[in-house]
This record gives sequence, structure tokens and C-alpha cells, in this order.
Amino acid sequence: MKSNSEGLIIDGVVAHIDRDNIDTDQIIPTEYLKSIKKFGFEDYLFDGWRYKDDGKLGVTKEERIIDKSFILNKEPYNESKILLSRDNFGCGSSREHAVWALRDFGIKAVIASSFGDIFYNNSFKNGLLPIILDKNEIEFLFSETKQNVLELSIDLEKKEIIYNQKCITFEVEKHLIDRIIFGLDDIDITFKDKDKIIDFEKNRISTRPWIFK
Amino acid sequence: MKTLYDKLWEEHHVTQLDSGESLLYIDRHYLHEVTSPQAFEGLSKKNLKPWRLDANIATPDHNVPTTRGNNFTSDLINDEISKIQVVELDKNCNKFGIKQFDIQSNKQGIVHVIGPELGYTLPGMTIVCGDSHTSTHGALGCLAMGIGTSEVEHVLATQCLKVSKLKNMNVRFEGVPQVNVSSKDIVLYLIGKIGTAGGTGYAIEFSGSYIDKLSVEGRMTICNMAIEAGAKVGLIAPDETTIDYVKKNSFLDDELFNQAKQCWKSLRTDDKAVFDNEIEIDVSKIKPQVTWGTSPEMVVNFDDPIPTIIDSNEESKKNVELARSYMGIQNESKLSDLVFDKVFIGSCTNSRIEDLRQAAEIVKGKTIAENISEAIVVPGSGLVKEQAENEGLDKVFTDAGFIWRDPGCSMCLGMNPDQLKPHERCASTSNRNFEGRQGYLGRTHLMSPIMAAFTAINGTVGDPS
Ligand code: SF4
Repeated sequence: MKSNSEGLIIDGVVAHIDRDNIDTDQIIPTEYLKSIKKFGFEDYLFDGWRYKDDGKLGVTKEERIIDKSFILNKEPYNESKILLSRDNFGCGSSREHAVWALRDFGIKAVIASSFGDIFYNNSFKNGLLPIILDKNEIEFLFSETKQNVLELSIDLEKKEIIYNQKCITFEVEKHLIDRIIFGLDDIDITFKDKDKIIDFEKNRISTRPWIFK
Repeated sequence: MKTLYDKLWEEHHVTQLDSGESLLYIDRHYLHEVTSPQAFEGLSKKNLKPWRLDANIATPDHNVPTTRGNNFTSDLINDEISKIQVVELDKNCNKFGIKQFDIQSNKQGIVHVIGPELGYTLPGMTIVCGDSHTSTHGALGCLAMGIGTSEVEHVLATQCLKVSKLKNMNVRFEGVPQVNVSSKDIVLYLIGKIGTAGGTGYAIEFSGSYIDKLSVEGRMTICNMAIEAGAKVGLIAPDETTIDYVKKNSFLDDELFNQAKQCWKSLRTDDKAVFDNEIEIDVSKIKPQVTWGTSPEMVVNFDDPIPTIIDSNEESKKNVELARSYMGIQNESKLSDLVFDKVFIGSCTNSRIEDLRQAAEIVKGKTIAENISEAIVVPGSGLVKEQAENEGLDKVFTDAGFIWRDPGCSMCLGMNPDQLKPHERCASTSNRNFEGRQGYLGRTHLMSPIMAAFTAINGTVGDPS
């Protein structure tokens, strides 16, 4: 397997949103779920906070009233690849559009003290790395953002965040991070077990026939 | 000694993967128009077909207008972009041969309402759908969970889901609730206690004497909102109540049904099974619950003060401040001081016949308050609508000034024409009070159908009894 080497380090300026429970409706409002595409959601990320008007699918950033005080509208945060938040990031709906919007904006890692289960899972399927740190570490990073522009470097293979010579390690299951590093396709992997699925199904048809009606 | 979740997990376990995850076989897959188009496109690109056609059931719900009347077809949807999505579902279902209850069908409705009532949700099944409220189906003793679009594609292609096992939590509801306290109040109360991340990483099994006596509809309301407590999976062991419900809606012949029934009897947690976390709640103490903020955990008794920054701890001050400001709460100290503009009775949480009956009981012979500019009742499905009309409930609502609509997600989310205008305050029986959920800058207060009906009549929340 060939790894996607430039994907091994994520570095740069950290955009920070100091809130708990940022739900997927905040990350991308329902209006934009009407798209039948998998890309092109960057302008709608955090729509309710980024703009001062109500948006519609297809209306571009240039046509909107921008809220200049929102962090992603300010330099250098408008180019951030890393987002810092608090507890339960990505709770709420299962919409993968939330991950697509972060990805399309250019966010490659989100650091929070916890994540919604479905969001966490969806992230790895789209090359977005959710990093869980404990609340003290999150507090520390937030306090650093108050002094100056926080810049971090995240090493995916070593599972380390480097900041000012300091190193914060994080845990993530190997198979999940491999999905990001190698860009693996789940369907291909599962098809390796095709025979097992066929056998399982045969057995189920005979023991639980009502399910197959 | 195993929990119900453990048993369902083992029964569907195909194989353990090198990654440490498992492949689970999926018995039923529900689809709707919002989270499926990209999955179907993925299948086409890879030249794949659905693994097992009869596992899949589709219906449009999120985008559909609820003022359709008779003879409505997908191309009559005004919003061009919504139309594309609904038409796309028609096309994909035709192309791949998937059974759809389309916009014209009298059985169309919210995916989580139609599945159980049409007999497609059966105890012991694994059920997935590209929608987080799939946890609803756990009320019938299923392992049911919401998935993302990549997983929708994966399930279509392989009939399996790659997942890691969750931890087990048991929430026991004991006792008899007060009058006018429904399962919605009970689950909101739980979320208020454990928080919206309280169930993260867990499958929550609900049990206890309250659950034993509860109808399947009431159980669905509770499992529906398990996800609002952070739990992907909520489940309740099937019992006689479940079996009666399933029998009523089943299309299985008697022989097969009886065979299935024997099997369903083993679907319960062993007496000595150990949960990773257990909570017991005395439901007799619970009052009607109403949310005041922008997260379902921001919930209080309807007559308690709304939290302020002064009485919040350091950690939650900021969240309280932001929520109060978004919700337009200034000097009002109680929820009953807030004046409402709209009322929405509907959604996959509370749009079943029992919900409509409870609301109608409150409304009967009364008229909606002057400050309520619009009060809508949106039955969860064509069959619920028909049943309610047979019972004359539609008349009770319309006589009181409510509008009676066609089935769909409606004002639960701002995707179809039913939306709040900026700053409108809504009494809603749905499940999410997130910022903008019901429309740009809209203000949502979650509550039971009883309280929503009362708010329509009274203009503010209060004591329904
Ligand atoms: S009613 Fe609301 S929560 Fe339920 S499926 Fe529809 S949009 Fe989702």
C-alpha cells in the first residue's frame, strides 16, 4: 500500500470556536442538504455564524453578507486546516455533509474533548481527522489562542501534536487513521469477505426466514 | 450472561476484521431522498448493484411539501432544488429496483413512522438508515442505528456495516407518571440529567416498570431521542405489547409469524448481565418538560425558572449566555412568560396516532390563542392521517384553528416550505432545538404533544391539567 505522504503532517494556524455541543445543523444547515453532490459545500460551512443573511444552495459567498467577526472570516484563520472546539462536537444528525463541508473548506483535523459518534465515524471516511484530547489540554490550547495565533503541527503516524517544542499525544485506533493515511475504500475491503457474507446470509435465510419476506 | 444488545450483536456478527472492527449483517435498510443520492451515484460509478433488493425500503420525507392534496407528483414541488432530490430518489429506486412508497402513495410518510407500521421493522432485526433517528426502531427490539452516506453506499453494496461494538447502558424508568406527563417528557428529562453526550459510545437499553406498561408508540418516542442523549442505539426488549403491535401490522402468514414469535421471546437481557453504566429514574416525580435553549439538554420543568448566567457554573456560563441570546430570552424568568408564535405537532418523535389523540384531547372544543399565527398538525404517514381522519381528529384540530397537513418531516427541519421566520418562537414536538433547525433564526422549544396543544390554546406554556 502506498501512503499519501503529504497527508502525514497537518500543520498551520488553528481556528477556534469556544462552544460545547456544536451540532451538525451548525456545521451545515439543512438547506444545503438538498444538494445531490458530494463536493462543493465549502461556502456553507458554519453558515449561520459566517453570514448575516439567510443563504440558499447555489448562492455563493460573494453574494452574501459576511459576518467579519466570525473566526473563519478573519485572516489568517480563513486558511486554517485545524479547528479547535470543546465538548460533543458534531452531535446531532448523521449528515455526512457536515464532514464534507469541513473537508471542502480545507479543514483536515478537528480537535475537541469529545465527538458525536456518527460524525466521528463519518470523518475517517472522508480524510478528516477528529482528535480527542482531555479537557485540560483543550483548556490549555484555548488559553494559548488568547495570547497569539496558535499554530500546531499534527503528526498522523506518531499521533502527536507539536506545539512550541511541546508534544501532546493523542489516541486513535490504527485502522481509522490508516483509512486517512492510505485513503482506503471500505467496500473493496469488505468484498474480501464476500464468501463469509454469502454463507452468513444463507444460514440466516434458513433460521430466520421471516426477515427475507 | 448477555445484554439484549450483546445478543443482537452476536446474532448478526459475520466476521471480525483485522482492524478490530466487525462486519454486521444488516436485515433492513431504509432510504430517503436526502442522504441517498451520493450513495447511489457511488454504486453506479463502481458498477455495483444492491446486494439484496428486498432489504431496502425507500420513501421521500424531508423535502416534501405538506400541502399536497390529491394527485400530487414529484414534479409539482415548487422548490426546484428539493424537487431534484425527490425526483432523484424516484429515478434511483426505479433504476435499481428498490421498493419505494413514493410521494403519491397513501403509505408514504416519515421513514421511521412507516417502517414499523407497515410491518418492515421486526424484532431482532439490524436496521440502518442514513438518518440519526433510526434509533426509533429499537423500540421493537431491534439493533437500529443511523449511518452516514458512505455507509449507506456500503450497506447497499455489501449488506453489511463495519462497526465497533458499543458499551452497554441500562436506563430503568420506574413508577407511574403524573397526569399529562408523556414519554416525551420522560426522555427529555433523561437528556436534561445525563446531557447530550451522556450516552455517547453506548447502546442504551430502556427498561423498568414504566416501559413495561408503555405502548409501542410511546417506546418509539423514547428510543427516537436516544440519539439526543448521544447514544446511536436505543432499544427495548420485545414483550407481549410489541408482539401485538407487530402482529397487527404484519404481512407475514400465521405459520411464519408464530415461528418468528418463538424466536423473539429470547430477545431479552439475561437477569445477571452486567451493564457498563446503569441509571434509575423515578418517573412519578417528573413534571412536563420544555426546552429553553439550543440543545435538548437545556430543558427544565415547565414551571421552573429559566437558567441564567448567574446561577450557572463556570463551565456552562458561556453556553447559557449564547443560548439565551439566540432564543431571545431577556427579562423573562419563566417559560410561561414567553409568548409563542407557532405550534408544530409532528416529526418522527411525535406524529403517531397516539400523539395526535393526546393533543386532540387537549384541543377539543377550544380555539387557538390570538398570538399563535400558525398551528399545524402533520401526521407522520398516510396511514396515520387516514386513521386520525377516521376518528375525526382532523376535525377537532381544524375546528380549533389548526391546519391539518399531509405527511412529511415538515417543520422538524428547514428543508421544505414549513419553516419558521427569523425570531419566531415555536412550540414543537420535534427532537432538535438547534440554532436554525426549523428555519433561519427560528426559536424552537421542544415539548410533548400535550404541552404543544396546550400552548396553541393558551398562547404560552403552562399547566395542561
Ligand atoms: S422528522 Fe425530523 S428528525 Fe425525523 S427524520 Fe424527519 S427531519 Fe429527521
